[in-house]
Amino acid sequence: MTEIDICGINFKNPVIAASGTFGFGREFSQAYDLSKLGGICTKGLTFNPRQGNKGIRCCETASGMINSVGLQNPGIQSFLDNDLAFMSSLNTVIIANLSGSSIQEYVQGAELLNSSNVDMIELNISCPNVKEGGMNFGIKTQSAVQVLGQVRKAVSKPLLVKLSPNAEDIVDMAVACEKNGADGISLVNTFKAMAIDIYKRKPIFKNITAGLSGPCIKPIALRMVYEVSKAVNIPVIGMGGISCWQDAVEFIMAGACAVQIGTMNFIKPDICLDIINGIEMFMEKNNFNSISEMKSII
Amino acid sequence: MPYEYLKSNIILNCKVSEDIFEMKVEFKSNTEPGQFFMLRKNDSPTFLSRPLSVYYADKETVSFLYQVKGKGTQLFSLMNPGEKIDIMGPLGNSFNTAFCGKKTAVISGGIGIAPMVYLAQELLKKDNSVDFYCGFKGMPYCTDILDKKIKVFVSSQDGVAGHHGLITEIFNPSAYENVMTCGPVPMMKIVANMCKEKNIPCQVSMEQHMACGMGACLVCTCETEHGMKRVCKDGPVFDGKELIMND
Repeated sequence: MTEIDICGINFKNPVIAASGTFGFGREFSQAYDLSKLGGICTKGLTFNPRQGNKGIRCCETASGMINSVGLQNPGIQSFLDNDLAFMSSLNTVIIANLSGSSIQEYVQGAELLNSSNVDMIELNISCPNVKEGGMNFGIKTQSAVQVLGQVRKAVSKPLLVKLSPNAEDIVDMAVACEKNGADGISLVNTFKAMAIDIYKRKPIFKNITAGLSGPCIKPIALRMVYEVSKAVNIPVIGMGGISCWQDAVEFIMAGACAVQIGTMNFIKPDICLDIINGIEMFMEKNNFNSISEMKSII
Repeated sequence: MPYEYLKSNIILNCKVSEDIFEMKVEFKSNTEPGQFFMLRKNDSPTFLSRPLSVYYADKETVSFLYQVKGKGTQLFSLMNPGEKIDIMGPLGNSFNTAFCGKKTAVISGGIGIAPMVYLAQELLKKDNSVDFYCGFKGMPYCTDILDKKIKVFVSSQDGVAGHHGLITEIFNPSAYENVMTCGPVPMMKIVANMCKEKNIPCQVSMEQHMACGMGACLVCTCETEHGMKRVCKDGPVFDGKELIMND
């Protein structure tokens, strides 16, 4: 009943663990059977390994948190050599989240991932924590189109583009991505935010700004998913502060064919299972026979 | 060892000193000294779980000693025995105690005493000779519960008890074959450097803000000579020689 096809890939349900909140699945595999998930997005990967940001990387806020990890990752070759076999054994859809500091690095990474056995690639143009790249590509539509155009040439696998809520015009951005070869859109990444240590009289984060996530962003993320879904004809995967199955159903009704669960994995490691079960029960009680019936109902 | 995620009963939650509390929770585990748990009050107005290191553990329970510092720990302090708390653990690595009969110094600063009490008792069980150094800003706490075979050295910055000053002023690493420390980074940095100079092994337990507590989110990293390491998963206990500690 909850099965869904996205860009030709079959997901057993519409619940996907979001990039950056789930590592490569190892840590959570101790908490529950990950084959129950619709899919897993890897930690954001770059062609070259990245050490990530120095200083404080996390700050709690009302109903959420701000992070400044800065895309720490072992590099794509290391992921392919040391982590992908484990992920492939989990019997769920594997989506590689691809990031980079330059178009060239994006393309090098895309080529490597495209020749691997990941199921899909999620092009991350929305990380707010990397000075020289990431989100810079996700603010102006023209920059996004440039990186997407080059990556598309290197990728024959299904290609999602993960949008930043900090884009100048997120609907315009999504439409441009569709026109330039995206097979699907996922949104939203974290909101650019900041926090100040009033006793030290300094910003908490070395980069001054960092990415806000958690339930506090949900209503805005939902609005963006709604607006983008109305404007494009490719699948939309919705995320942003989803903390329970009711939130997930809202995103699906707003137009998402699947949802990603991020920050809430930190609060309750098996939250995705609760959400999968909740969606199923809701569909049964309300006579929905498929996710497509529920999708875009408003 | 895998962690478990449960809703467990609080057995005890009492004030030990000015802003220091002890909480005992039902939890079956084989927790090692240095490990920690993530705790969260259900429906808490604070968002993230809080990492608390283990003060004592047996087969049926784990105990935590915590200082009320912010909203999260304040909420903990108001909880009552019989209430349920969300608890995940045991997490992280532990102090290496796989040696015995060696002269060992355990050095804590402030609430960093929490994991060191459990550690010192376990070291004693393994026939180590243990000296316990604990520094405080003001009035000491939990210094009287250690086994009488453990020699305790106390310091206070305000001079209210023991040595008037810092604990590092009365510690001489040359007298020991193993050193283990937990407390404020400036203190641990001094201890680690003293040990490094004398080439004495020093294990350092780091503290950091955490989100997932299990190694997935990468927000709790610390700098080492081998790159950024996760305090929650690669630590919290690190070799003092490999840590790059910034005040």
